[in-house]
Amino acid sequence: MVFAGLGFELAAGGAMVLRGPNGSGKTTLLRLMAGLARPVAGRLLWSNAPVEDPEALARRLRFIGHQDAIKTAFTVRENLAFWAAFWGTGEPALIDRAMDTFGLAALADFPARLLSAGQRHRLALARLIASPVPLWLLDEPANALDDRSTGALTNTIAEHRARGGMVVLASHGADLVTGGTTLALDNFTPTAAQQWVEL
Amino acid sequence: MHKFANPTQFMRIANAIYPWIAGLCLILFAAAIPIALVFSPPDYQQGETVRIMYIHVSSAWLMMMIYGIIAANSAMFLIWRHPMANLAARASAPMGATFCALALVTGMLWGQPMWGTFWVWDARLTSTLILFFLYIGYIALSDAFEDSERGDKAAAILALVGSINVPIIHYSVEWWNTLHQPSIMKASSEGIDSSVHPSLLLPLFLMMGAFTMFYFALLVLRLRSELLAAKIRNARLSQIAGHAAAQPAE
Amino acid sequence: MSAFSALLSRDLRLALRQSADSLTVIAFFAIATVLFPFGVGPEAEVLSRIAAGVVWVAALLAALLSLDRVFVVDFEDGTLDQLILNGQSTVLVVLAKVLAHWLTTGVPLIIMSPVLAVTLQLPSEGYGVLVLALLLGTPTVSLIGALGAALVLGARRGGVLLSLLVLPLYIPVLIFGTAAIEATITGMPSQPMLSILAGLALIAAALCPFATAAALRQAAE
Repeated sequence: MVFAGLGFELAAGGAMVLRGPNGSGKTTLLRLMAGLARPVAGRLLWSNAPVEDPEALARRLRFIGHQDAIKTAFTVRENLAFWAAFWGTGEPALIDRAMDTFGLAALADFPARLLSAGQRHRLALARLIASPVPLWLLDEPANALDDRSTGALTNTIAEHRARGGMVVLASHGADLVTGGTTLALDNFTPTAAQQWVEL
Repeated sequence: MHKFANPTQFMRIANAIYPWIAGLCLILFAAAIPIALVFSPPDYQQGETVRIMYIHVSSAWLMMMIYGIIAANSAMFLIWRHPMANLAARASAPMGATFCALALVTGMLWGQPMWGTFWVWDARLTSTLILFFLYIGYIALSDAFEDSERGDKAAAILALVGSINVPIIHYSVEWWNTLHQPSIMKASSEGIDSSVHPSLLLPLFLMMGAFTMFYFALLVLRLRSELLAAKIRNARLSQIAGHAAAQPAE
Repeated sequence: MSAFSALLSRDLRLALRQSADSLTVIAFFAIATVLFPFGVGPEAEVLSRIAAGVVWVAALLAALLSLDRVFVVDFEDGTLDQLILNGQSTVLVVLAKVLAHWLTTGVPLIIMSPVLAVTLQLPSEGYGVLVLALLLGTPTVSLIGALGAALVLGARRGGVLLSLLVLPLYIPVLIFGTAAIEATITGMPSQPMLSILAGLALIAAALCPFATAAALRQAAE
């Protein structure tokens, strides 16, 4: 159990930045929100109703973590096209827009194995545009990004929020959002003790 | 059920019943060992070899019972997340594997004079051997992860799948055995059940009871030491957490 | 359904681009089979007696070799998280993966098996039923194998562990798979064994995908 007594809410167009030292559970909280991990106790609410169907929640969110989930045998475009088809979102025009935004257009037909770490991460982020959903959960999204790409990411997040989208991101570096709330996780003492071991 | 789910409650109950289990186990062994090994009559067909059966059948009984206990506890752990159910399943597995090995070895020792060889592909021995592999797989899987919780859950899923497979494997092997082994072996293998004389039943039941109590006594001991180990682990972890909290935030 | 077909076609295209992986499995199947004549001698009677069993055992071992790749690549590069977040069901991911595995491993093994059976002097009546038995048996192999592969994700010595978990569960398939072929060769009806193989496949199809999905979600947690 990493968190106790943690509560927050997020409105349409809102943004929340998770801050805290290493090991404070930023990634864990994002994965909980994504439905990849299950809370021991506690609830997630969406439009003031408890999330009873995690699959329905999953359709409305996109989680971008430390791993880029890229198939190196596929080209940049194929990678984006696969996820768009798999999630059943987006249209071909969006894939081109996504590649333009993150500076991958020139690399569209290159196999992803030739990409650098930063380019791969941009490809992972490009899924946000290629397969649009309302809620973005981003874990250290600016890692491995140069200044230009960080700017592109900042703009993308701003546009997303302007359209009523929501963003939760874990970050200890640059400010990627203007306004929005900050949740400092170091206030919640990490306790590795599982709740039942109180002999 | 929920009383057992709480470790503190469990420890209280376990401490209360442990002396009774252990005492019953000792009494049963004290009765079963002399009766089974000395005072009971030798079998008219198998002679003195029949005494191996008291150990063999008791071990075989336990290896199956323990697999059932592991499967039931795994289900409780997966469905209701009872941590005690998980501990009970994991603590039982090495004991089940040991009784399985004991059943194999005694089966082979019994088979030597009966069949003239230590190993035949008898349906029972073969099924026991496969069950032994399932036990080894379960133990190996539960210990294969850095994150012990992951091992717990993976092993629990395996135990449930295994419990569905055990009967399928058992009947397949039995069918395979009748297909390939002509009647001689079958007759001698069936001899085990059909020739059980009433005078052999008393020592057999005493021994099975003693083995069962032995398992439960060991289970309580193992669970108790597991809980203490968890307590130590958590004390260490909170020390580490204390250090982390003392560091400045980034 | 679109997620299922997208994932299936992705896995097939990946297998096609990395076709060396599938070929290695087939080559292993061949070399494992070919070892037996060296072990037991080249006499035709001995070989034809054991041919059905050898082909089955070698096919199981070859399938096993390919199994630890089913989920581990997706697990390591983070794809598995995204596959689980498909908004429908993890079972769907499992079914697509299992079908892809069967198409890229099971089917090539089935195609290869009569050729290898020839080298082992399998009597001519046995070929049809060999292919039929493998057709009915290999889906079970993929289904159970995928479950094992999901359970060992992230484990130390995953590959060895996988064989320890999965091979005992393959014994019924092996028993009835070889029995069907032997029955045909000795002039008995093979239909009962084939029905049992089909039954095993149905049981596996009903249970394994759910257990595999649970194991996958748990591995991602």
